[in-house]
Amino acid sequence: MVNGERREAKVEDRAMLVEVLREQLGLTGTHIGCDTSQCGACIVHLDGVPVKSCTLFAVQAEGAEITTIEGVAKDGALHPLQEEFREHHGLQCGFCTPGMVMTALDFLKRNPSPSRAEIRHALEGNFCRCTGYHNIVDAIEAAAKRMRP
Amino acid sequence: MIPHPFRYHRAGSLAEAQSLLQGEAKLLAGGQSLIPAMKTRLAAPSDLIDISHLSELSFVRAEKEALAVGAGATHHVVSTHADVVRLLPALGLLARDIGDPAVRYRGTLGGSLANNDPAADYPAAVLALDATIRTTKRQIAAEDFFLGMFATALEEDEIILEVRFPVPQKAAYAKFRNPASRYALAGVFVAQHADGVRVAVTGAGACVLRLPAMEQALDRHFHPSALEGIAVDQDLLQSDLHASAEYRAQLVKVMAHRAVKAAVETGP
Repeated sequence: MVNGERREAKVEDRAMLVEVLREQLGLTGTHIGCDTSQCGACIVHLDGVPVKSCTLFAVQAEGAEITTIEGVAKDGALHPLQEEFREHHGLQCGFCTPGMVMTALDFLKRNPSPSRAEIRHALEGNFCRCTGYHNIVDAIEAAAKRMRP
Repeated sequence: MIPHPFRYHRAGSLAEAQSLLQGEAKLLAGGQSLIPAMKTRLAAPSDLIDISHLSELSFVRAEKEALAVGAGATHHVVSTHADVVRLLPALGLLARDIGDPAVRYRGTLGGSLANNDPAADYPAAVLALDATIRTTKRQIAAEDFFLGMFATALEEDEIILEVRFPVPQKAAYAKFRNPASRYALAGVFVAQHADGVRVAVTGAGACVLRLPAMEQALDRHFHPSALEGIAVDQDLLQSDLHASAEYRAQLVKVMAHRAVKAAVETGP
């Protein structure tokens, strides 16, 4: 299941999940940054938790539930976290943003009232080469306030 | 980057994994070290046997004066499990600072130990805590398990099942991370047991190692001040593009100091 829809693809055993998402399923919101498991641009949720889709063979995800950045907005409305990224200028080129959002979504589920230091610790696997992270931390902090019940 | 072709098998049971583990086949747990190594073609197994779905390997169990952790327990599970937090918080804190969140959701204790990366964190805990590694064939003492850079006592067809950590009186881990890779340039795990102190160092040498001079000093007085004036032998440590052995020796002293301080202040 990808973003709530059943998807099938015939893949080589060695195909990475990110390649299959992008090239066979047309979900190009998930980016390939470093391709060496470091930058986090390719992060998607696998059975509810963030994983690097460049470090997972597509066959490992058979039968799993995957959510990509395309599955975060609902009915054409941005998720509050996405809105806060826009509001706080949490992106410049936008390349890292899908991974940032997927990491932050999981983090805020586990820690709804984080400190700024905790936000930075959660972002250790997501590289941004534009913003210096400051506005990303602002965006996540603001989203946490909005998302708290 | 594209790995060499291989055949993928999802093991439905430990017995099935065992029967498939032949020749150039390799076990796939979290894959957070193995898959990058395959993509750079440093590793090219003929077959991958995916054991990540074997729930019997993924557990944390409190025992009498010990904590048993399944080989398939992820770093995330170890860092958040109530029994780890209660009995051996130093291990939970170590797991909390491995890699990044996505790595911690996939990477496993057994995978880290079988890989024995010289900069991995878990080997320091296993050695300092005097843990026992239970496999499909035998029990291996930590002392006998780590043989060298990426080398362990495991036989080709041997599978780690669980690691049993004795609960120490006090313990803590401190590491200095390479600011680029975040791997430990030097990580020191200190554990005070009823029968003595053990100090294990990762990241600084070719393989995890103990520091007997520090252990003896801490046996006499378990306090950071006991480490004053103890030299760390540079010949035991690595020099590479990240740091010289001399610098690593200094880092080991500082990390040992921090670990003992934390252990004194916080308990196990």
